[in-house]
Amino acid sequence: MSHLSRRQLITTGIAAAAGATGLGVAATIAQKNGLIPPDHGGIYGLGETLNYPSHRLLTSHSLAREFSRSQISQPPMANEMAPLQDSFKRLQAGGFADWRLSVDGMVSRPAAFSLADLKSYPSRSQITQLACEEGWSYIAEWIGVPLSHVLEAVGAHPKARYVAYFSVDPGWWDSVDITEAHHPQTFLAYGMNGGELPVGNGGPLRMRVPRQLGYKSVKFITHLTVTDNLKEFGKGLGSASPEGGYAWYAGI
Amino acid sequence: MGDIAWLSSSASAIPAATVRARHSALVRVTHWITALCFVALLISGVEILISHPRFYWGETGNINTTPLFKIPIPSSRALVPTGYGYVLPDQNGWSRYLHFQTAWIVVLTGILYIIYSLLTAHLQKNLFPRKADFSWRVFSNEVASHLRFARPPAAEAWSYNLLQRIAYLFVILILFPLVIWTGLAMSPAFVSAVPAAVTAFGGQQSARTIHFFVTLALLLFLLIHIVMIALAGFWSRTQPMITGRPATSKEPT
Repeated sequence: MSHLSRRQLITTGIAAAAGATGLGVAATIAQKNGLIPPDHGGIYGLGETLNYPSHRLLTSHSLAREFSRSQISQPPMANEMAPLQDSFKRLQAGGFADWRLSVDGMVSRPAAFSLADLKSYPSRSQITQLACEEGWSYIAEWIGVPLSHVLEAVGAHPKARYVAYFSVDPGWWDSVDITEAHHPQTFLAYGMNGGELPVGNGGPLRMRVPRQLGYKSVKFITHLTVTDNLKEFGKGLGSASPEGGYAWYAGI
Repeated sequence: MGDIAWLSSSASAIPAATVRARHSALVRVTHWITALCFVALLISGVEILISHPRFYWGETGNINTTPLFKIPIPSSRALVPTGYGYVLPDQNGWSRYLHFQTAWIVVLTGILYIIYSLLTAHLQKNLFPRKADFSWRVFSNEVASHLRFARPPAAEAWSYNLLQRIAYLFVILILFPLVIWTGLAMSPAFVSAVPAAVTAFGGQQSARTIHFFVTLALLLFLLIHIVMIALAGFWSRTQPMITGRPATSKEPT
């Protein structure tokens, strides 16, 4: 190393101390405000610990870009899927009349909604892009009920911090923080491009989180849990995705 | 190894205060952090690319879309038609974690470097072309001597020649900002807050394609950089970037 003068040494020392104090203060503030992502551990924890809070500070209320009807991708893209299970096929044979979305956790009125119940709520639509972490993307019109509306209907507790959502496929679940859950474009989507949501795109009911990568928009949703602690679910990483090596926060 | 021993003994023979560092400590540290980050970003980027080795222009692109071009390699996804009969193992998880973590490190390092450069006028002093360089003759002589692969004079170990200055400035001021920007333009959350970041390129897939070409340009720079260093004397040019001390008086090879 080069020979440091006393002044350089003192300056470096002060800068290092300030940096360390700054990081400590930042960590405390982040912890208090729930800005530490559930997959903050491990060798890649640093990146996630920087990604999530900086995105939250920048994007809390920003809206995902919306597109014109003429920009809708034709033909619609359907990604590869695990084979459908028998339980799903039985529901499908019945026209999904028996499909239920159960909601529990930190709510005052746990409930189970049929698709007809969800469709009776005011419907919203958005023409947004679904971008896959792999690099491909498509634009579609998504029709559904904002998740915030369902959370209101069940009386979600104001101290709730996350909403975990579960697919009919038991290995597939995810969660979003309450900011994303209350975001006006976060939908429980039951329609696409003017029609029913095709099974290939997650029908009859899929989560739609347009400000994050496609894998957060979990297909075949049957269950929601409102919580303040993601440690209770799976391996405590907030989602099945980090268990498979993919980040919990996928706004990138 | 012999070179290093030679260098440290010769350096210690001279009083420390009289030895002018070729590269300041901050330049050396940020150089090597950036070099390591680039390798990590390149490897993880290639792994991510393998899951969809097709490029598009505009907002969207998928297997139903005609690609702008394809990389003729197998994919780690069965759905992508590559013409190969097999699917590579999926390495996207750790690659994406590593890619974004490294991106943070390289961006923070870059910010540190730019702040330092503004405070010390590093770019003006060491990288902007000198007054004497603004001549067609200097430029054509430099190009000619590079094309002959001529070994540069020893004095050049103390400062950069015109083509070096142009290349380094291009990497620092154009390629790195562009690769960071196009990376951010692919983030659905970032562009929700700053839509112009992606619309400026004409869409998310355009940004992805430009990200790829800027990476190729950076890779090309890295290869030429290494060839040029080898040509000038690998250790004599690498040591000052590690220790700060020049190794010019007795050019070790």
